[in-house]
Parts: sequence; C-alpha cells; structure tokens
Amino acid sequence: MSPIINSIERSNVELTKEDFVSGLPVKWCPGCGAHAILAAVENVFPKIGYKKENFTIVSGIGCSSRFPYYVNTYGFHGIHGRAHAIATGVKVANPKLSVWIATGDGDSMAIGGNHFIHLIRRNVDVNVILFNNMIYGLTKGQYSPTTPMGSVTKTSPYGTIEHPFNTGELVMGAQGTFFARVPDNNVKLMTEVMFEAAKHDGTSIVEVFQNCVIFNDKVHAQITSKEYKDENQVILKNGEPIIFGANKDKGIRLKGTRLEVVKIGENGITEDDLLVHDQYQQDPGIHLMLAKMAPPHFPVAMGVIRSAMYPTYDDLVEMQIDEAKKTSKIQSMNDLLNSGDTFEIK
Amino acid sequence: MSKVKNTLELESAVVKFVGDSGDGMQLIGTLFADTTAYDGNDLTTFPDYPAEIRPPQNTIAGVSGFQVHFGSKKILTFGEKLDLLVALNPASLKSNLKWTKKDTIILVDSDAFDEGALEKSGYSSNPLTDGSLKDRKLIAVPVTTLIKEKTASLGVDNKTALRSRNMLMLGLTLRIFSKKTDYCERYIDKKFGNKGNVAELNKMVVKLGYEYLDHVNGEQYSLYVAPAKLEKGKYRNIHGNTATAWGLMAAAERANMQLYLGSYPITPATEILMELAKHKSLGVKVVQAEDEIAGITSAIGASFAGAMAATTTSGPGLSLKSEALGLAVITELPLVVVNVQRGGPSTGLPTKSEQADLVQALYGRNGEAPMLVMAADSPADCFYSAFMAAKLSVEHMTPCILLTDGSLGNGSELFKIPEMNSLPTIKPPYAQPNTKYQPYERNPETLARYWAVPGTEGLRHRIGGLEKENVTGIVSTDPDNHELMVKLRAEKVQRIANYIPEQEVFGEAEGDLLVVSWGGTKGVVRSSVIEMQKEGKKVSHAHFRYIMPLPKNTEHIFSKFKKIIVCELNSGQFVGYLRATLPQFNYYQANKVQSLPFFIDELKEKYFKLLED
Repeated sequence: MSPIINSIERSNVELTKEDFVSGLPVKWCPGCGAHAILAAVENVFPKIGYKKENFTIVSGIGCSSRFPYYVNTYGFHGIHGRAHAIATGVKVANPKLSVWIATGDGDSMAIGGNHFIHLIRRNVDVNVILFNNMIYGLTKGQYSPTTPMGSVTKTSPYGTIEHPFNTGELVMGAQGTFFARVPDNNVKLMTEVMFEAAKHDGTSIVEVFQNCVIFNDKVHAQITSKEYKDENQVILKNGEPIIFGANKDKGIRLKGTRLEVVKIGENGITEDDLLVHDQYQQDPGIHLMLAKMAPPHFPVAMGVIRSAMYPTYDDLVEMQIDEAKKTSKIQSMNDLLNSGDTFEIK
Repeated sequence: MSKVKNTLELESAVVKFVGDSGDGMQLIGTLFADTTAYDGNDLTTFPDYPAEIRPPQNTIAGVSGFQVHFGSKKILTFGEKLDLLVALNPASLKSNLKWTKKDTIILVDSDAFDEGALEKSGYSSNPLTDGSLKDRKLIAVPVTTLIKEKTASLGVDNKTALRSRNMLMLGLTLRIFSKKTDYCERYIDKKFGNKGNVAELNKMVVKLGYEYLDHVNGEQYSLYVAPAKLEKGKYRNIHGNTATAWGLMAAAERANMQLYLGSYPITPATEILMELAKHKSLGVKVVQAEDEIAGITSAIGASFAGAMAATTTSGPGLSLKSEALGLAVITELPLVVVNVQRGGPSTGLPTKSEQADLVQALYGRNGEAPMLVMAADSPADCFYSAFMAAKLSVEHMTPCILLTDGSLGNGSELFKIPEMNSLPTIKPPYAQPNTKYQPYERNPETLARYWAVPGTEGLRHRIGGLEKENVTGIVSTDPDNHELMVKLRAEKVQRIANYIPEQEVFGEAEGDLLVVSWGGTKGVVRSSVIEMQKEGKKVSHAHFRYIMPLPKNTEHIFSKFKKIIVCELNSGQFVGYLRATLPQFNYYQANKVQSLPFFIDELKEKYFKLLED
C-alpha cells in the first residue's frame, strides 16, 4: 500500500451550499435528472470540507457537460469525450486539487471510451459523475452505447441492434477501484455516494440513472419509479446483508458461483444466509455480479458497489519524482547540460 | 592527432556506415562521430534507417545507414558525396554507390559478397572483381575470416565473435583518419565490461581493423581533417530530439514552472518523450497517454492547472490533435506542440524527413484558430527553438506549434553548452490571488489574458470550448462578440511579432536574389548561398524560424531584392503563405518532395537560371 502523499488543503471556515452556486441561469430542460445531480453536488461539496478553491470540475460535451458552468468552482468545459484525459492532466499537474468530471454515457463510453478505460486503469484520483440517460440528448435523440437493445430512436428507426454496455461491467473490466450507482430521484443517496467517492483514493465512478424527459422519458422508470423501486432496486450498505423489497423480505444469496434472489422466511432462509456486502473486497468477482444484476430476475444494485484500495497514479507520479530528486546526480538543468560526454575548447 | 605522411588533407569529410539492420551501423557511426567531436572537429550526423526493426537480410529494403560529416570548419549540412563508404554487405553497397564519387574510399567485407547475398541484392556479377569500382579506392577486407582466425584464442562462440564485424570496420575507419581508438575502447569497457570476454573481443577486433591498413599499402588511403577553430567553451554532441526535450526543460526551470508532457509514441518524435521520461529528478511529469488525443488534451488540462505543458508528435499525430488545438486556442492557454515532421500523407514515410506539415500547422483546425508557429533549423537549434516556443506560448497565453523534422530530430551536431543564467527570463502572466478576476480581461500590450491557476484564492472561474464574451468569459453567441473574439485571438498572435527578433539576412541587405527558406533546410541552403557569394553573385539568404507571425521587417527585407526564391521540401507551402501574407512580391520556388534533403548543386542551378533570366 502506498502512503498517501497527495492531500488536499481543507477549508478553515464552514462552507455552505451558497458557496458553490455559480449564479448562471441553469439551462437544462425542466424535469431533467441533471437538476438533482446539481443539487447533490451543491450539498456534498461543503460537506467534503476542502477549500472551495481546491475543487475543479472538468467536463466533455453533451447535456451533462454544461455542469461546470453551474457550480462555482474552477471549471473546464472540454471537448467531446476528452474530459477524462483533460482531468488526468489537471490532477497530475496539480494533485492538491479535488478533481471532478461531469460526463454522460455517450461522452464516456462512445467517443471517449478509450480515455474512460485508461483513466480507470491508471486509477487517477478523480471523481466521475456519469449521467446515464441512455440516449444522446443534446443532439436530440440518437441511441447511445447504453441504450437497451431494440430501442427505437432517431438513428435506429427499426430498433437498435447493438448490445449496450453495462457501465459497472466496463468499469470493473478496466480494473476500476470504485463504482457506485444511484437513481436521479434519490438526492440523499446520491449525496452519500458522492461523499464516499470523494473519500476514495483513486478513480471513482458514480453512475447516475438519469431521466431525459424529452428524448428518453421514463427509460429508467422500471427501476426508479415509486411503483417499481422497492422491488427493482436494492440499496447496498457495506457490512450488511443484501435485503430489498417493499416488506424487506427479499435478499440476495450466493449459491455456488451465482447470485440468486431468495425470500426470507421461506424454505428456512434467514438473514444469516444472505450475502453480506463488502465494498472494500479487493477481488471484484462479487462486485461484478452485483453490478450486472437487472430485472426481471434481479433488482438493480444501487449505492457503493466497489471501493477497493489501490495506489493512485498521481501518488505514484509524486513518489517517483521524490525518489529521483533524492538519488539523482542531476539536480538542475546546468547539471544535465554538463553531464556525460562533454569537451572543452580553449 | 597529427597527420601521417602523404595524407590527403580535407577541410571536411563525409563518412557513411551502411549494412543490414542489426549490423550495428548506428553504433559505430555514433562512436566515430563522438571520436571526431572529442578531437575538436565540428560535425553533424544523420541516421538513415528503414521503418522495420529487422527487415529481410541482405536486401536493399533492409539497409541501415549512419552518416557523419565532420570538419575543420563550421559544418552546416549532413554532407552529400562521400569521402569514405563503409559497406558491410552487397545490398548496402549497391544502394549507396550513388553517393560516392571518384576516389571515394570504399571499405567492404569481402566475405559478405557471396553468391546468395549478391543475388538478393540484385547484382549479376561481383562488383569487387568485375571492375565496376575501378575509379573508387576499394579496400576489400575478409572480415569474417579475419575475426574467426584472430579471435579463436578467446574461446568466444562464432555467433558472438561475428557480431563484432562492425568494430573491425570502425577500427579501420579510425586509422584512415589517424584517430585514436581510446574513446571507443572506453565505451566498449563500459558497455561490455561485465559480459565475460566480449569487451576484450571487441577491443581486439577494433585493433585488428586499425592494423589492417599496414597490410595493404595504407598510405594511399590516409585522410586528415584538422580540428575546427570553434568558439571557446564547453561542447557536447546533441541530437535534435534530445535538444528539443532539454529546451522545454530549460524553459520550465527558467520560468520556475513544472513541466508536463502528455505524449503518445510515434516515429520520429518518440525520443523526446523517452528523454523527458528520464528526468524525474528535475520534476518533469510525463504521461504516456493512451492516444494522441489524450496526449494533447491531458496537456491542456495540465496547462489549465498551471503547468508548462507540452505534447510531442509527428504528422499523423498532429492530425489527431487538431480538435484539441482549437480548444487550446479558444481557452487561450499556453501549450507547446512539437511536430517532428515525416513524409506524408497518412502513414507515409515514417522514417524519412519532409517539410510538408506547414499548412497543417498554420490552418489545420476548424474555425479561425491562429497560433504561434515556429520551426527549428538545426539539431542544436531545437534547444533554443523549444525554449522560445515555451517562453512565447506562456507569456502570450497561446498554443504554439514547433516544427522540427526527422532529419533534425535524429540528426546531431555540436552544441555549445549554455549557462542557464544566460537564457532569457520567462514571466507567465499570472492573475493575483483575491483580485477581481475576469477570465478574458487582457493585457493591453500583448492582448494575453491572465492565468488564474486552480487552487488560487478568489479566482474561481470557468472556461471551455464554447465561445466566450470578451473580458467576462461568460458563454456567448452574440454575433459582434464572436467577431471581436476572432479578431482578438488573431491580433494577439500577430503582436508576438513585437517580441521576437527581427529577421536576419545572411549576406548583403540588397541584391539580385534573396533565397528564402525555413526549418531544417538551413544548412544546405546556407551552403548554397555561400558558394554563390564566393562566385561573386549578389545573393543573400533569409532563413525563417518564426512563421506565424512573420518578423516585422520581413516586408522591408523582401523589398530590397530583385528576385525572391523560396526553397522548401514540399510543393510550395511557405511560398503559398507568403503570397497570401505579402502579395506585393513575386516569388519563385525551389521544391523537392522526395524525402531527401536539397543538394547544393540543384539549388545553385535554380539560382543561376533566375540570375540569367
């Protein structure tokens, strides 16, 4: 385990939501899930407690990526798909910043897919809020890499014939150390999860199931609506058995190499038989299975699914530099210019 | 080293080592070059190798070469006709014969000229015996036989022993020029010291080559080049790509900034990335990015975060970076983009050199997105050009493209080591903490905006790729504001002309012909102009390092000549830019797109024709 050398200076006054309101008119559609994400960020930033100048938000392109304009921090609105690479540069150059990325399903998993997986693989200590509305909103309704197969959209009038990405699966495939998922209509959970993401050293991916009222309305309704949420969502809590259902009588059990839904009290099943969530487990096997759960046979896992400790890229950068500074004979450009084979003309 | 009797003394000599890829030509070329540098000769070197790592043996496609031009005078070019050719196999002899002249000394390994190798290289008869080389000075050495015979006592296996064929040729070459073998021996000890008998073997083989001349009436093959009368000081031999890396590091140290490099490996620019990755003790942060786009965008992020940021690439990589270049332009952040040009389009000729990316550097972006464009003119100049690119980029808050090319990057020359304190100061226009900050408020002189580094108290702000209102930086689609911002961005770059040196003219300030060039052709073009001047012609030379903007006195210089000819290794890109920028002049052209340098004679022929017309 690496010692954590990159620490972010904390605020010596208590901050409030107002400290982070930029005051610019917010231009998302009324009813868009992004408003809730903004509210959660404004809630969580003062709680995290860093000096307000130490937050930096980077984004790509898309509805999600207007985010930096609406939060009063240092902000950089990048180009399509490149937020992860831009943020890598910000964090490596200035590790004393708390770096956040606002991005969407198209931005991160289509045009920016390469940067997304490599950010995760390197474990750069940044926090990614991934607005997943399963559609291209800003270009008015084309399918995205997470659009469910068969969906009719403007560019798939006969239904999509592409297998969608499951974000959690992609994150873990890229050796992700932190993955959480939240619905956009649960600001409290979103705030908690963002706080956990900020605490995690490494790349934190927070996937928000976000509704697009105009181009993909109710795409998550089977999971997030009042009607379905109790049966089709399970909110994971570290160290607790995995239980869900309106009556809290259903649970997830590990049977052999697979997960299964069981009813507590039936066939002699008790809470003791259920899988106890361990978000800190280094092995991603169970986390991957949890991330892949989906109706009709399973509820969707919400909350922090994985939060494993690994050295961060930015810490390792600093450690190598520190070590080299201690051991190298080259301490200045004059040293370097005069090193090796040189000769004098007199 | 003193010269031996009956030696032919040369002002400068061109030596080329050629053989199969893997024969160690780059190594002995470098060792020979370093030896001449040690002896106080001025020099340039140029490697010429195929894109493949181990192409088929004994074929023309697999020939790898290393050329050294050294002299008792200032060496401006990589050299044209050879004084000595060292060829380890028939294919390398065949493909390089065109660079030899009457009396060129040719060293070959006669053991390598067997039937199979001759056939593979397309020879129908053996050139060593068929008389085709009769006006060259041929030394045919049975290298393989000699090594086997003379090194048997060491008990080294045949395969290892024969890997030292190159060293025999090196020893012989050193002897021809009356140079000592001690520099090479020190290198061999360092490199092979812990590998059993290998060091001893190599030293023995160098000596074998060195003494071989005694067996062949060696005097007729002796050449001598006196030490150069160089300015006093400390020197080193430096490759262009190393010099570029060091120039960036020097700028960061001078500016008291952290250097960040985001880059993806690409021929022939990779050495800059590798060099910068070495220098963590100087605080250089290097991210080997997942692709070219991440290279530049991470650098833009680092620049936003307050670092001196750079990305390095070659042509195809610059194409991939185009969108991000526009982002750097609109966010008005400093960024140095080094393009080590190669033959294009597309993958083109990855290991060959060309000057065909100028138009791309000037205009290759969506929208109107002008930026500083510079071009380095020699391997050592890469140091100063990279330094100035970083300085101007930071002080004027603009991205900069620095063009070098494969010849400059892989080529080397003597570099007078500067004292860091002698380099210009660099003052980034930082915004001060807790002041009223507006992201697009500008310095009235330079028009540069101020740099508010994240983490600084009281300067929180947001920038990005959307058009912004001038001064406030609020997102704006206002038509008048957009036009204003387009003009301000262009004017900001133009005003850099107030901060760069005036264009120099080599030769008289007025005359019959002004020869104009830019970038890596400086040495050859300068040499051609020197020859014209020696022949009494009123010809002068203006070689441009600053392309966008042009130096302020460019128009004045052009107006003093009857004719102007623009020489470049493309179909006419700089001349097109000059026609658009200074349309009042009539420009003639000298162009070549063969991924070869200009030759002095072909340029002179053009000049003479213009002077006669």
